[in-house]
Amino acid sequence: MKLTGKTHIFGDNIDTDVIIPARYLNTIDPAELALHCMEDIDAAFVDKVQKGDIMVAGYNFGCGSSREHAPIAIKGSGISCVIARSFARIFYRNAINIGLPILECDEILSEISEGDCLEVDLSAGTILNKTTGKSYSSEAFPEFMREIIEAGGEIEYIKKKLGEGVD
Amino acid sequence: MASAMTMTQKILARRAGKESVKAGELITAKLDLVLGNDITSPLAIKEFEKIGVSKVFDREKIALVPDHFCPNKDIKSAQQAKDVREFAKKYGIKNYFEVGQMGIEHALIPEKGLVTAGDVVIGADSHTCTYGALGAFSTGIGSTDMATGMAAGELWFKVPDAIKVVLKEKPQKYVSGKDVILHLIGLIGVDGARYMSLEFSGEGVASLSMDDRFTIANMAIEAGAKNGIFPVDDKTMEYINAHSNKPYEVFEADADAPYAQTVEINLSTLDYTVACPHLPSNTKTVKDIGEVKLDQVVIGSCTNGRIEDLRVAAKIMKGKKIAPGLRCIVFPATQNIYLQAMEEGLLKTMVEFGAAVSTPTCGPCLGGHMGILAAGERCLATTNRNFIGRMGHTESEVYLASPAVAAASAITGKISAPEEVEK
Ligand code: SF4
Repeated sequence: MKLTGKTHIFGDNIDTDVIIPARYLNTIDPAELALHCMEDIDAAFVDKVQKGDIMVAGYNFGCGSSREHAPIAIKGSGISCVIARSFARIFYRNAINIGLPILECDEILSEISEGDCLEVDLSAGTILNKTTGKSYSSEAFPEFMREIIEAGGEIEYIKKKLGEGVD
Repeated sequence: MASAMTMTQKILARRAGKESVKAGELITAKLDLVLGNDITSPLAIKEFEKIGVSKVFDREKIALVPDHFCPNKDIKSAQQAKDVREFAKKYGIKNYFEVGQMGIEHALIPEKGLVTAGDVVIGADSHTCTYGALGAFSTGIGSTDMATGMAAGELWFKVPDAIKVVLKEKPQKYVSGKDVILHLIGLIGVDGARYMSLEFSGEGVASLSMDDRFTIANMAIEAGAKNGIFPVDDKTMEYINAHSNKPYEVFEADADAPYAQTVEINLSTLDYTVACPHLPSNTKTVKDIGEVKLDQVVIGSCTNGRIEDLRVAAKIMKGKKIAPGLRCIVFPATQNIYLQAMEEGLLKTMVEFGAAVSTPTCGPCLGGHMGILAAGERCLATTNRNFIGRMGHTESEVYLASPAVAAASAITGKISAPEEVEK
């Protein structure tokens, strides 16, 4: 699967409180959550972001709370994929579980500008910066996680598993 | 021959039904408890219903605690709390704790004896790592994992590598677990233990009370850790026996267990430590912090709202008055702690001091309610996060510290060491 979109760049340690502030957690509606995505760090983000755009960030993206509302808000805002130098572990799990594609890539951030157009090939794990012509690769998901992604998220995966009568 | 394992790895191996596991290995482990709150459970319930099972894996191994926006802060929160309550009723969940009998989940769950040594616990709340203080493996996950956990009673995990934290000697008077963990996070950074366990060890552990250990394990996530864990000693067993009838199993790290890194902390030389805005790793000692004037002091949360925290704060406040122009808000973490603080006269001391005392709730800790900050306001809190906007306006500031420092600062109106007010 290939994704193409313009980049929105963020720094290190982007925490779940800035991705979706707690004051909006009195709902689980993705559309409502998406209205406040990144609000506390970039109030203009929701107006700028277009469907298919790609978020690029530094180390430890998604640190902090376990709120799954964070990847849901990002996905709901139209972002098709998040590329970061590294992800906090709960965010990583949550993104996979809800079907928000994420890639770890160290080099890209230092050679990218806001608004560059990226093409991401999820199955190959490759990223092409169409604006600069440079390409990058990221580590492939372990087989087990690919199964979850391919099943369409963890719920579909466990449905299949429970259906097969695992203990 | 089985290879040497860390304490965490041993627990995971046992619950995965394996003789040994290695860091990086993907395993499926049986769950002893699945936890959720009023913010994360509604999403988990929605996902759970999609799975299409007619019952939860075990009615006694799920705990639902409405603590974040409860007592209900607005109509939408009331609906979320109602959804959780109805789910608990529909599936016969035994451990649902209503307002009036509840507390902040991570203080409440150990108190109710729902976790004991050797357990594998997941919670849709990042501070689920708190129960590592009891020698259990416990970690935060999201709502979808909570849903699958409630249905299947098992979950996949990547076996973590570990950092060994060796504690030496004893802390000085008023230096507490909070100073230990803030100091450690300052050393290794907010992602210093990312994907790893923080395994505490050394002779210094014995000098830490259970409340100190809960505080330390609680903030393991603030270093990015998957879990924090303490060895089981006499104090742990005494705590478990006093709170639970559940059988428990004590695991010990092998002497030659593989650690990615070892960090040593000499408790006797530790000073009062404060995390400055906007990261828990941005630490300074009170000595080096300079003059930091405050608008609000918050004492409470799953990190520092336990009885010892209230005792030390009340001791420092006793007979004194709050600084003019300052607000001080105290949140005992559970109903039981509230009652105990009442019986010991701690609440009276605090109210006489000029503090507002609230019913147990997460409240201001996550900028929910009961003490939100306006633009430009500065708060010192005994909570665990000081991210931008965590307690209110994005232009407000949060400093993290121990209850002793919080109480002293409430007297002077600026960040202060307890000795400054005890002269
Ligand atoms: S007290 Fe704060 S950190 Fe603890 S569970 Fe509540 S919101 Fe989370």
